[in-house]
Amino acid sequence: MAFKEIELNMGPQHPSTHGVLRLKLRVDNEVVTSVEPVIGYLHRGMEKLWESQTYAQIVPMTDRLDYLAALSNNLGYVLAVEKLMGLEVPKRAQYIRVALVELQRLASHLAWVGFMANDIGAMSVLLYAFEDREAVLDIFEAYCGARLTVHGIRIGGVPFDLDETVAGMIRRVLDETPKKLADIEKLLNDNRIWLHRTRGVGVISAVDAVDLGLTGPALRATGVPWDIRRDLPYSSYEDFEFDVPVRTGGDVYDRYLVRLEEIRQSLRIVRQALDRLPPGPHLAKVPRLLKVPPGEVFHTIEAPKGELGFYIRANGTERPERVKMKSPSFINLQSLERMSKGYLFSDVVGILGSLDIVLGEIDK
Amino acid sequence: MTALTLLFDVLIPVIKIAAVILFPMVMVIVLIWMERRVVAFIQGRLGPNRVGFQGLLQPIADATKLFFKEDIIPREADRLLFNLSPVLVMISSLLAFAFVPLGGPFDVMGYTIDPWIARSPVGLLLVLGLSAIGVFGIIFGGWASNSKYPLMGALRSVVQVLSYEIPLGLTVLTVVFFSRSMDLVAIVNNQKDAKVWFGFLLPFSFLIFWISGIAETNRAPFDLPEAESELVAGYHTEYSGMKFAFFYIAEYAHMVLVSSLVVLLFFGGWLPPFPNVRALAFLGVLPGFVWYLIKIMFFLYLYIWIRGTLPRYRFDALIKLVWKWLVPLALLNFVIVAVAWYLL
Repeated sequence: MAFKEIELNMGPQHPSTHGVLRLKLRVDNEVVTSVEPVIGYLHRGMEKLWESQTYAQIVPMTDRLDYLAALSNNLGYVLAVEKLMGLEVPKRAQYIRVALVELQRLASHLAWVGFMANDIGAMSVLLYAFEDREAVLDIFEAYCGARLTVHGIRIGGVPFDLDETVAGMIRRVLDETPKKLADIEKLLNDNRIWLHRTRGVGVISAVDAVDLGLTGPALRATGVPWDIRRDLPYSSYEDFEFDVPVRTGGDVYDRYLVRLEEIRQSLRIVRQALDRLPPGPHLAKVPRLLKVPPGEVFHTIEAPKGELGFYIRANGTERPERVKMKSPSFINLQSLERMSKGYLFSDVVGILGSLDIVLGEIDK
Repeated sequence: MTALTLLFDVLIPVIKIAAVILFPMVMVIVLIWMERRVVAFIQGRLGPNRVGFQGLLQPIADATKLFFKEDIIPREADRLLFNLSPVLVMISSLLAFAFVPLGGPFDVMGYTIDPWIARSPVGLLLVLGLSAIGVFGIIFGGWASNSKYPLMGALRSVVQVLSYEIPLGLTVLTVVFFSRSMDLVAIVNNQKDAKVWFGFLLPFSFLIFWISGIAETNRAPFDLPEAESELVAGYHTEYSGMKFAFFYIAEYAHMVLVSSLVVLLFFGGWLPPFPNVRALAFLGVLPGFVWYLIKIMFFLYLYIWIRGTLPRYRFDALIKLVWKWLVPLALLNFVIVAVAWYLL
């Protein structure tokens, strides 16, 4: 059968574009010849808005960027402000931050595994993964009262100390999650259909990945061992032992395996943080109305989705002059076309899923 | 002619026709409920449990809602074909049930009743043929919608259904070898006389038939024509209200039909299990229809179980599977059975 090349609009109302992304696809007999992501449907003007907010008021707004990993956004922004102020954060607060952010990585990756499997048609995995994620959200709720947009990190530390009930809940998750993870792996890892849909699909080379600025697990799946937690440690990450999973295939399957292994490493880090939690205050002495000295700063962290950076220019008042965010989803989305060209239309769904994008972060 | 025989001659066919229409419909209602509940339990959820006992009336509530929904026809659609295709799909799956026996003949007040509408010497062929007509409904529906996603869904569906008809037909032939008949009632009676179900004699025929049957009904893991993560809803994306419900019901009726065929061809239809074991002879106390239902339910459950477990095939793998594996295997199976039959 010979067809003319057709243009296909995927989204912004489509079950698997993860929100309000629109993809302009050109398909030749189901083979993709070009992909053009159209973004902006969720634009809220965050960066401009921040120029009229005080430094502390911005923190809860970062929750709404990558709403599957609110704590990581909090940390990224807060660390940038602290770096600009030269603020020393108590060791205990740093450890609690690490524990919270790694739990957030766990929750984010679990949600990703579920969505990804659902995109490929294994619908049950979504609910298994969400069951585990639910336990993590319960921890956040017990810790600070919110589940999704948590606002769990403050400038100078964390709002609450880690008490015994929360620590107990965390330990239970640490014990339970590996078992549930094994269930998911048993369902997918050796499944022929899953392998066929993911292995050798959406391949990107390490050179291309670096050229396009791909970050996070997707970059590590191409064989580039770059993890900011290890290579440019922040918030006492240098105190913890963990491996950075790296695979060399650069396909959807490797991205999947890297993320699953990262979940295991996150559990390791959280356990260490709990065991070695140093005594002391959980919040540094910070004035109610922050005045940040003039200057500019750029600070990046390893968010679940990749390298999350905040650039802040301060002018000596209580409000920033300019905040610019380097969001991993936005950067990663631009490699979609390189990954999808030449593959089938059905694969675009899986490849897009494997990138782990959140539109809140892309459109800001 | 006494009044009684007249009563039987008129009333019985009417009841039978009603039963044959009701049977798939009731099964569809139970199946939709069962699917949602079973998938929910597989996933650690509860599923619908509010409307009626354990949510059993949920499908009826859904159908009522769909009945009152606005019927939208896209402006650019071909109205005739657009309206015709749900009807075609529905007719093809319901009509096939006319040739599907619901049990063995039984006596009521000295009058033998055959629980089928039509018994034909080529009943099996008719059922397969009638159910294949449904593919016209799918391609008309996808074409007439004049939209890209339905068109792609329809194209996939046609290629898929036509490809999987071939192994299906080849495996059915092996059953015909043994039963020496294409009459569904005779096939079951043959299994009674042979004291062994064809599924155990011909395990490969059964497996190939079952896999092709899943693909024929567009069910997971072969549910590409309506792969919701790619094609939104496949060939019925543009349909709403009752027309959408027709596609939906027809798909489930088709599942019931394929399950019935599997049971009739390979698992002894309405015969009780273990006819040779004297200690289990009490199993024959249950009426044949009940055994028939139990077996159908088992295969419907398999459908749902598979859907709850497996990811979806990609289209090229699906076609590779049928042309590179199932068709050659079915041919090989056919030759082996034929040779064995000749030598025995």
